[in-house]
Amino acid sequence: MNVTRGFTGRPRVQNAGLPPGQYDAGDDWPVLSAEVTPDLTPADWSFRIDGLVAEPHTWDWAEAHALPTSAYEGDIHCVTSWSKFGVRFGGVSLDAFLDTVRPDASATHAVAYSHTGYTTNLPLADLTGGRAWIAWEYEGRPLPAEHGGPARLLVPHLYFWKSAKWIAGLRLLDHDEPGFWEQNGYHARGNPWEEQRYSGD
Amino acid sequence: MTRTTSDTTATGPFVPPTRFAVPGRIAVSNRAAALWQTATLTEVRRETPHASTFRFAVPGWAGHLPGQHLMLRLTADDGYTAQRHYSIASPPDDAGHIELTLDHVEGGEVSGWFHTLAKPGDEVEVRGPLSGFFAWPGDRPALLIGAGSGVVPLMSMVRHHRARGLTVPLRLLVSARGPEDLIYAREYGAETTPVFTRRAPEGVPVGRLAASQVAPLLAAEQPPGGWEAYVCGSNAFAEHASRLLVAAGQPVDRIRIERFG
Repeated sequence: MNVTRGFTGRPRVQNAGLPPGQYDAGDDWPVLSAEVTPDLTPADWSFRIDGLVAEPHTWDWAEAHALPTSAYEGDIHCVTSWSKFGVRFGGVSLDAFLDTVRPDASATHAVAYSHTGYTTNLPLADLTGGRAWIAWEYEGRPLPAEHGGPARLLVPHLYFWKSAKWIAGLRLLDHDEPGFWEQNGYHARGNPWEEQRYSGD
Repeated sequence: MTRTTSDTTATGPFVPPTRFAVPGRIAVSNRAAALWQTATLTEVRRETPHASTFRFAVPGWAGHLPGQHLMLRLTADDGYTAQRHYSIASPPDDAGHIELTLDHVEGGEVSGWFHTLAKPGDEVEVRGPLSGFFAWPGDRPALLIGAGSGVVPLMSMVRHHRARGLTVPLRLLVSARGPEDLIYAREYGAETTPVFTRRAPEGVPVGRLAASQVAPLLAAEQPPGGWEAYVCGSNAFAEHASRLLVAAGQPVDRIRIERFG
């Protein structure tokens, strides 16, 4: 251990919800998108799942909203080391969308892509079982554009770059294919509890 | 079982229907990023009342490109660690030294240590360089727009341009509250236009970055092949500057944004 002379750090908090190397950002919610925030209205928005599925499907805003609503209440973790506790997102469980398209047994991974062209890769297992959402509300209000509104992917058990803003679709694949940050040195999976920040972690 | 052959990707990687939006500029060395290295503080230089530059010797530094950042870690004697991403201010120099310019953040545990306790000889740990997305290899014309300490990665580009005597066009628009808050004020040359939002020297207008300052760079002053735009600052500034760029005709897939956080 390389102790830094004189460094004491913040008061220690016993917070079982804080993954290693993270700090509690409190009320802050930093915006870290690498691209220009798009002008995207609900009328412009669509969400498609295709690739290794029985029936590819594209939902528009109204059709997506006709699915059963589902909320996430919990924490989110950014790779830049802030975590945010007790946030509440509203939307639809990704399971509801996947039920419609019926993933092929050979599908193991997905590339999530945004209306901006941003991409991120995920194991399909991280997108199923009630652990991923298409979210359009934050704290009961429409999700702001800079946070990915009108709708973003939400996969809160992974670092937040996996929760693609301005979500446009998922392509299901039988192999893993690195997305935007993953091609730029970031970890393929991004599990905050194992501190998978960079490739090789 | 049915499968839509047009959708499956038997050949080649998946390409989203919308062009991104800024592919990475360089291949990234995962080996360099995976390793924590000791960085020894060798010099502290005051830049403004709220920002100082910290120079480190990192003998094993793999080298970086302008615009890249690193992760820095401090460790307390009970094992508690705090780590932050910081942009690298110095240009690539192959001499095993790097410089960071840090704002003294109110209540910041890492920047607070640097601004109140750090002195030459102190050791911290770094890993990097990280990310190829905001890197500028010095190839394409570069239009740089920064505010506050958002100028730090852009200054690495300006210094690189100068040190290598590059002839590719490069312009910097840098926003600060006032002249005393302008980081690297003495280093700027003809490539730079400062913008002062609160206080300005006599004869210099006060106000936020405006379309009238951005538009000419995308009209008469636009280089052949266009600019690669790099924007760095707070989210509010990045939103403002990127809107000005888009309104002036800069393609969105040639705007790279790095926001604080």
